[in-house]
Amino acid sequence: MSTFNLPDVGEGLTEAEIVSWKVKPGDTVAINQVFAEIETAKSLVELPSPYAGVVRELHAAEGETLAVGAPLFTVDEAGSQPEPLTNVPAVADIAEADTPVASEEPGPLVGSGPKADAVKRRARVSRPASAVRPAPVAAAAPSTPAALADTISRRATEIGAAGTRLTAAAKPAVAALVNRVLAKPPVRKVAKELGIDLTEVIGTGGQGEITREDVLSYKAQREAERDAAPTFWSPKGVELDHRIIRTPVRGVRKATAKAMVDSAFTAPHVSIFVDVDASRTMEYVARLKKSRDFEGIKVSPLLVLAKAVIWAAARNPSVNASWVETENGAEIQVKHFMNLGIAAATPRGLMVPNIKEAQDLSMRELAIALNDLAETARAGKTSPADMTGGTLTVTNIGVLGIDTGTPIINPGEVAIVAFGTIRQKPWVVDGVVVPRWITTLGGSFDHRVVDGDLSARFMADVASIMQEPALLLD
Amino acid sequence: MTQTVHEPSDESLIQLLTPEGERRSHAEFDSYIQDVDAEMLRGFYRDMALTRRFDQEATALQRQGQLALWVPLRGQEAAQIGSGRATRPNDYIFPTYREHGVALTRNVDFPQMLRIFRGISNGGWDPRENNFHMYTMVLAAQMPHATGYAMGVQRDQAGWSAERLEKDGTAVVAYFGDGSSTEGEVHESMVFAASFNAPVVFFCQNNQWAISVPFHVQSKVPLADRAAGYGFPGIRVDGNDVIAVLAVTRWALDRARRGEGPALIEAVTYRMSAHTTADDPTKYRMNADEEAWVGRDPMTRLEKHLRDHNLADEAFFEQVIADGHEMATRVREEAMAFPEPELAQSFANVYAEAHPLIQEELKWHLEYEAGFAETTEEGATR
Repeated sequence: MSTFNLPDVGEGLTEAEIVSWKVKPGDTVAINQVFAEIETAKSLVELPSPYAGVVRELHAAEGETLAVGAPLFTVDEAGSQPEPLTNVPAVADIAEADTPVASEEPGPLVGSGPKADAVKRRARVSRPASAVRPAPVAAAAPSTPAALADTISRRATEIGAAGTRLTAAAKPAVAALVNRVLAKPPVRKVAKELGIDLTEVIGTGGQGEITREDVLSYKAQREAERDAAPTFWSPKGVELDHRIIRTPVRGVRKATAKAMVDSAFTAPHVSIFVDVDASRTMEYVARLKKSRDFEGIKVSPLLVLAKAVIWAAARNPSVNASWVETENGAEIQVKHFMNLGIAAATPRGLMVPNIKEAQDLSMRELAIALNDLAETARAGKTSPADMTGGTLTVTNIGVLGIDTGTPIINPGEVAIVAFGTIRQKPWVVDGVVVPRWITTLGGSFDHRVVDGDLSARFMADVASIMQEPALLLD
Repeated sequence: MTQTVHEPSDESLIQLLTPEGERRSHAEFDSYIQDVDAEMLRGFYRDMALTRRFDQEATALQRQGQLALWVPLRGQEAAQIGSGRATRPNDYIFPTYREHGVALTRNVDFPQMLRIFRGISNGGWDPRENNFHMYTMVLAAQMPHATGYAMGVQRDQAGWSAERLEKDGTAVVAYFGDGSSTEGEVHESMVFAASFNAPVVFFCQNNQWAISVPFHVQSKVPLADRAAGYGFPGIRVDGNDVIAVLAVTRWALDRARRGEGPALIEAVTYRMSAHTTADDPTKYRMNADEEAWVGRDPMTRLEKHLRDHNLADEAFFEQVIADGHEMATRVREEAMAFPEPELAQSFANVYAEAHPLIQEELKWHLEYEAGFAETTEEGATR
């Protein structure tokens, strides 16, 4: 029986999240067969099995974050292979201490080799390993993110993983099918009456279609969640430790926090807002939806806004720029291309993937790009390359029912546009109050680069398109 | 014969085997490969295949926590095997840390190459045994060593007749990459090599990426052009063409041996994998960029040639795969069984001869270790 501990797959990584298991207890594994996918810092790495035999136990659940050195999985080895030197003492230590290896503060491991030395030393210094037993959660002491996000490309470990690879290749196709909601008209009617978005419901029908039961059980589940709210508050008598839930800050949360602090404290933000009558945009979107060219493509007002931002940036180029500190002092780099970032809430946290060379895309291509970007992000498959090189960002807070806010600029950029919700409001047209579709656009700009007048002109340009999308034809 | 697309397409690039596996003749360099027959070609293929399989195994071992780091070479097999097979046993080679294929041609056993990456040795083999120097981790640090060594060779061989030089002379090969080409040591080494007419061949594998910096940022001209500034010949060869690399390297070594001085070879190739296992190329290069080089894979090219001209049968290719698997299994077993070094051993590597201060420190260390012994035994009984 051999236990494999989470290795440092990069230089100086201290932890990794289990993204998915490719094996389960009872499965047979071969040496170098990919058995798990882990996420370190921001990249995915496939782990090849060092053992051949039958999987006995998986020591962590998908989604769990493990410290380097913690047990990953145990295999009953076929035959009596000589066990690798380094693993044996490590396993013994863990078994004895009966506490996750993570109990020691995971300092940065830069330059560390295979763990042989550390293990040996621990055996000598007869440290009472189980004297301190911090709760597993508290054990996640903050570590310096020395972590060079690692991965050798997945291709490098393709040894014996042909099967896994194929499945991976098939995923986008499957996802595309899954995202096309299948449901019979009566079920759609029920969903509509209950105010349920069918894209959020998982179908269990024979063809993967959503059944009436699916809709009802989704509703029940949502109600249960809502009903759970009153029990959120814990009574006064309970020990304080049980009234505060600690969640270690890791991965994307940690990266987001750093990016926001960096941006907020280096770029002096100036934020401006403008109310817009987006009725024509709504009409335009409705027309696009009916258009044969856009059949099967999701169209939303965000599409028009994205187009408007690209259009307005070309007229006010300084917003599509970077402030770069160089050896010879700072410089402003104006980008003659648009990698349009779209802030997306994903299961992994906030991501800002961008659409490369968005200036070259037609309305239809842009719509497809937006859909792809959202789907990839939602599936948690956004790659680091998708997130680098952004030049200007749009954050669509409107989908959450929010009117406006002061967004924080994505680091490396100088402008961000917040798109508020669009709702009917009383509006004065030619001296008469009429109901119109109104939205608020918010923008934050790095004042080092973009002065007030320029930011105002840019926002006015964006607003003018939302007011009259036909201007795009100019 | 139809001319098909193969980048870089400029005429200055020496190519004897197209990406489609067709032989091209070359007025100057054909004469250097007269002896290359089917058996040799199969040998090159086998070398490349084994090296690639070894690279995969080592990558897996790193992912399994058995190596601190690994430096993959996928894509550069032809540049390494072609140049390594051009050397003679008495030539002396200074590698970087990526020359696993060259190491193979110098009879370094694969598992030995893992010692340094497992962190149990500063080298891994005796450089004098195969005239193959230790892997050098510091970029370009091997370059002055190589020029200096060549200058020493020159002095050892002073007064030799032209015939003797041709037959038994030693030439030195300094391997480096496009990333190292921007280091000062490369410049200094080339200046000295030119000034002293040292018998050294500067072999650059231009794999297009200095970790994340693309080649066009590092140099505005082909690296081979730089040789003109030092006053020795520079030549660009298709680094994914094992035959051309062999021919060009033989040409440069022959010159060096005859006392005609240094030469610079720029082998244009591509690092199909990450810089090291701690690197993520998806962060800085596009899939399209990588895919553009898949069609120029050095192994596919030679395999096509062998198959199209019936120089190897299916059994041969199957045997190569089987041999690779057997080798990989052995590499894994031996690497995991390497004994751990004792700290006391490091005291022996400070000075060539005994040194009082080091002796004193060794004594102190041994006493210190002895103090731990009891604890260890107690610990062992737990």
